[in-house]
Amino acid sequence: MSDLQTTKTDTGSKFINLLIELGFALFSILVALLVGTVFILLAGESPLDAYHALYIGSIGSWREFLNTLWRATPLIFTGFALALPFKAGLFNIGGEGQLLVGGFAAGFVGFYFTGLPSIIHVPLAILAAMAAGAIWGLIPGLLKAYKGAHEVITTIMLNYIAIQLTIRYGIDRFRTGGRQALPTIEESARLVRFVDMAEMPIIGQIPLIDVFALPGLRLHLNFILALISAAVLWYLLFKTTVGYEIRAVGFNSSAAEYGGISSSKTIILSMVIAGALAGLAGAGEALGTHHTFMSGMDADLGFTGIAVALLGRNHPFGIVLAGILFGGLTQGGLEMQFVGIPSEIVTIIQALVIFFVAGLQMLKWFLLKRREKGETE
Amino acid sequence: MSGENNYLLEMRGITKIFPGVKANDNVDLLVKKGEIHALVGENGAGKTTLMKVLYGLYDSDAGEIFYDGEKINMTDPQQAINLGIGMVHQHFKLIDTLTVTENIILGAEPRQGLAINYDRAREQVEEISKKYGLKVDPDAKIQDISVGMQQRVEIIKILYRGADLLIFDEPTAVLTPQEIDELFEIFNSLREQGKTLIFITHKLKEVKTISDRITVLRDGKSVDCVETSSVTEKDVAELMVGREVLFRVEKDKAKPGKEVLQVKNIHVRDNRGLKTVNGISLNVKEGEIYGIAGVEGNGQTELVEALTGLRPVEEGQVFYQGEDITNLSARKLKDRKIGHIPEDRLRRGLVTNFTLSENFILGFHHQSPYSRSIFMDYKEIEEHAKSLIGDFDVRTSSHNNLASKLSGGNQQKVIIAREFIQEPKLLIASQPTRGVDVGSIEFIHKQLINKRDEGTAILLVSAELNEILSLSDRIGVIYEGEIVDTFTAEEADEREIGRLMTGSGKEVKTGE
Repeated sequence: MSDLQTTKTDTGSKFINLLIELGFALFSILVALLVGTVFILLAGESPLDAYHALYIGSIGSWREFLNTLWRATPLIFTGFALALPFKAGLFNIGGEGQLLVGGFAAGFVGFYFTGLPSIIHVPLAILAAMAAGAIWGLIPGLLKAYKGAHEVITTIMLNYIAIQLTIRYGIDRFRTGGRQALPTIEESARLVRFVDMAEMPIIGQIPLIDVFALPGLRLHLNFILALISAAVLWYLLFKTTVGYEIRAVGFNSSAAEYGGISSSKTIILSMVIAGALAGLAGAGEALGTHHTFMSGMDADLGFTGIAVALLGRNHPFGIVLAGILFGGLTQGGLEMQFVGIPSEIVTIIQALVIFFVAGLQMLKWFLLKRREKGETE
Repeated sequence: MSGENNYLLEMRGITKIFPGVKANDNVDLLVKKGEIHALVGENGAGKTTLMKVLYGLYDSDAGEIFYDGEKINMTDPQQAINLGIGMVHQHFKLIDTLTVTENIILGAEPRQGLAINYDRAREQVEEISKKYGLKVDPDAKIQDISVGMQQRVEIIKILYRGADLLIFDEPTAVLTPQEIDELFEIFNSLREQGKTLIFITHKLKEVKTISDRITVLRDGKSVDCVETSSVTEKDVAELMVGREVLFRVEKDKAKPGKEVLQVKNIHVRDNRGLKTVNGISLNVKEGEIYGIAGVEGNGQTELVEALTGLRPVEEGQVFYQGEDITNLSARKLKDRKIGHIPEDRLRRGLVTNFTLSENFILGFHHQSPYSRSIFMDYKEIEEHAKSLIGDFDVRTSSHNNLASKLSGGNQQKVIIAREFIQEPKLLIASQPTRGVDVGSIEFIHKQLINKRDEGTAILLVSAELNEILSLSDRIGVIYEGEIVDTFTAEEADEREIGRLMTGSGKEVKTGE
C-alpha cells in the first residue's frame, strides 16, 4: 500500500517538474519577445508585423514548419555534442571545429569516390564524418585526461585549427571552381530529401508520403538521424553502464574513482562520442543541405549548439525541443528580414531568448526554495 | 533575575510537517540565559528541522517562539541575526580563497566612504579573537588553515554580527580529539562571557562533558529536558533511542583463520607529495578485526587509499590471499571481493545526486546481475535497492530518492549495505561510524562483528579509540606513518595506546 503510494507520488512529481520546466521555458521566450519589441521599435519597425513574420516564417505553414525542422537538425547534433561531455563535467566548446572536420570529411568522401552505389557511399561519407569529428573530440579528451589541460582552451584552439585546415587549406587543395568550396558531391552521396520521397521506390508507397512533396522543402534524412540519436543518447545516458559512469564522474569524480570508474576513460569516451555527433551535424550539412563542403556552412552552428544544450537542460529530448525552437528563430528570422527587420535585430531576439531562459532559471530556483520552505501538504 | 523562568529562548509546541513526515511534532525547547544547552537525538529525530524553524529557514505549521520574553515571528535568517541568534553550520560556509578577516566581515564590512576599512576590520577580528580565546590568523587564507581554525572563523563571524545565542550544529563531527578539547575551552569562555549556546550533537560523552541541560528529541517529539548532572550517558542514550542501549559490543572471541591481507613495508605519499606512510607492515586474517588506532592525519587516509587502489604504493608490496595486488586498480580490487567503507561518505562513498538505487551498485554496476555487457537492468537494480533498504533499515520513503536527501546515519547505512551484501573476503572500514547516531552505531558495530564471525577479514581504521578497543581483536597504533606498537585485545590498555597515539610512547621507549 505505502509502496504503491510512493511510486505514484514519484512519477507525479516528476511529471509536475517537467511541466514546470516547460512552463518556464515558454515564459522565458515570451518575456524575451516582449523585450525584443523595444529593439524592433528602435529600428523603426512594427513589432506586430515583425512577430507575425516570425510566426509565418517558422510555423505558419506545414512547409515552413518542416523547414524549421531542417534548420534545427544540425543544432540538435551540436547540442548533443555539448550535453554529453557536460554530464561528465566537461565543457565542450569544440562543436564548431568537430562539425567542420566532420563536414569536410563527408564532403571529401562525397566527391572523391565515384561510381559507388548510394547504399555504400552515403554510410561511408557519414562514417568518415563521425570518425573525423571523433578524432577532433579525442584530442582534447586525451589532453584533459592525461595532462589536465583545460578542455575549454583546447577545444577553442582546435576550432581555429579546424577552420584553417578545412576552409583554408583543405578547400584550396581540391577546389575546381571559383567559389570557396570542395567540388560538388556525387549524386550517390546525397542524403535523401523529404521532397523526393514520394518519387522513390518502396518509400513512395507509404501512404500520405506526398505531404512532403512541397517545392522549396529542404528537410532531409539527417533530421531522422537526429531523432534516432536522441533516443540512443537517452538510452546510453540512463540505461547503460557507460551513461552511469559518465554521470558518476560528472557528479562526483572522487566517488566514481572509489567505485572503480576511470575518469580518464570516461572523459575521453564522452568527448569522442560528442565529436562524432558534431561530425554528424557536418555530414548532414555537406551531404543533405549544401551537397558540398563550403566556406561559411558552419554558420556558428557549433556555438549556437551550446545555447541549445543549455536551454534543453542537457537532456536529449529537451535538446530536440530547444533545437526546434532555435531552428524556428532562424527560419522565421528570414521572413522577418523580408518584411524589413534588420538581421541584427533577429540575432538580438535570439540572444534575448537565451538570456531570459538562463536568467529565469534563477527565478525558478528562488521560487522552488520558497515552496520548499513553506511546504505543507 | 535568576529565577526559574529566566529563559532566553522559548520554543513551544513547534510542529513542522513535510509531505508524509511530521519532522517536528509539538516540540518544546526552553533555553536559559547563559547556559550550554545540548539538543540531542538520533539522525532524523528533528534537530535540524527545529533549528531551521528557529533560524527562519522553515515556516512552522504550529507553535510559538519567544526570544528574551518577546514573541517573535521568524521569517528569514537576517531577522535571526538581527535578534542576536547565530548559527555555526556543520559544513562551513566560508570562501576558500578569501582571508580569515575577509570572510568574517563579508556582508557587514566596516566602511570608509566606499572602500572597506580593512584595518578597522582586522582590529575587530583580533579583539573578538582575544576576548573569547579564539585563536585565528586574520590574514591567512581559508584554504590554508586547519578545519579547527575554520570553525573558529565561523564562530568569530557570528560573534562579529553580535550574536548572544550561538547554535552549533554537530560542531565536533569534523574535529580531531585535540581540536574538540580546544572547542570546549571556547564553549566555556563563551559561557563565562554571558553567551548562551545550543549544542546539537549525538555524541553523549561530549554532552556529559560540556552541557548544563539536555533536551532529547525522538521521532520528531521532545521526550524530555533534563539537568546534565542528574543523568548518566546511558540514561540519555535510552531516552534518544527509546530502548535499552548496549554500549559494550557483545562478541565472542575471534577464531582467526588463514591470512587474507599481508602488507609488506609500504610507503605512500599524500596529495602534497609528502611521505605519510613510512614502511607499514601488517597482516589481517580471516575472521578477525585488526584495528588501527591513531590521531587523524598520521597516514591512515593514505594507507587505506593505497590498499584500495586509490593511491599509488611507492615502495613495498601488498598481498591478498597470496596474490600480489600492489597498485591494482580500484575496480580490480573490488572484483576480487575487497570491500571498502571510505572515511568520507560524501566525497568518496556516495554520488549524492544519484538515487539510492544507483548508489547501491556503485562499484558493482558493471557486474551481473545489475548489468550485462553495457546494458543495465534497472528492474533488478531497483529490487536490489528495495531489499537492502529493508534489510539494513535505511529510513527513506523511496529507493528513487536522491542520496543527498538522507540523513548522515542513513547515508552510512547505504554504504555499509552496499559493501556487505557483496560478501567481501576483506573489508577495509575507515571511520565507519563517523557522524552517525547511537542507534546506528550499535547497528553498524553488530554488522561488523557478524561479518567477522562469518569469516571476513576486517581492517578497521577509526579515530575513536573506544571503537577500536571494543571491536578489534588485534590493534596497531599508527603514529607519523608507522605502526609504533601492536596489541592483542586482551593486553590492550587504553592509556598506553593513547600515549602511543600522541607520539609520547616513542620517547619513553628510547629512554629505556
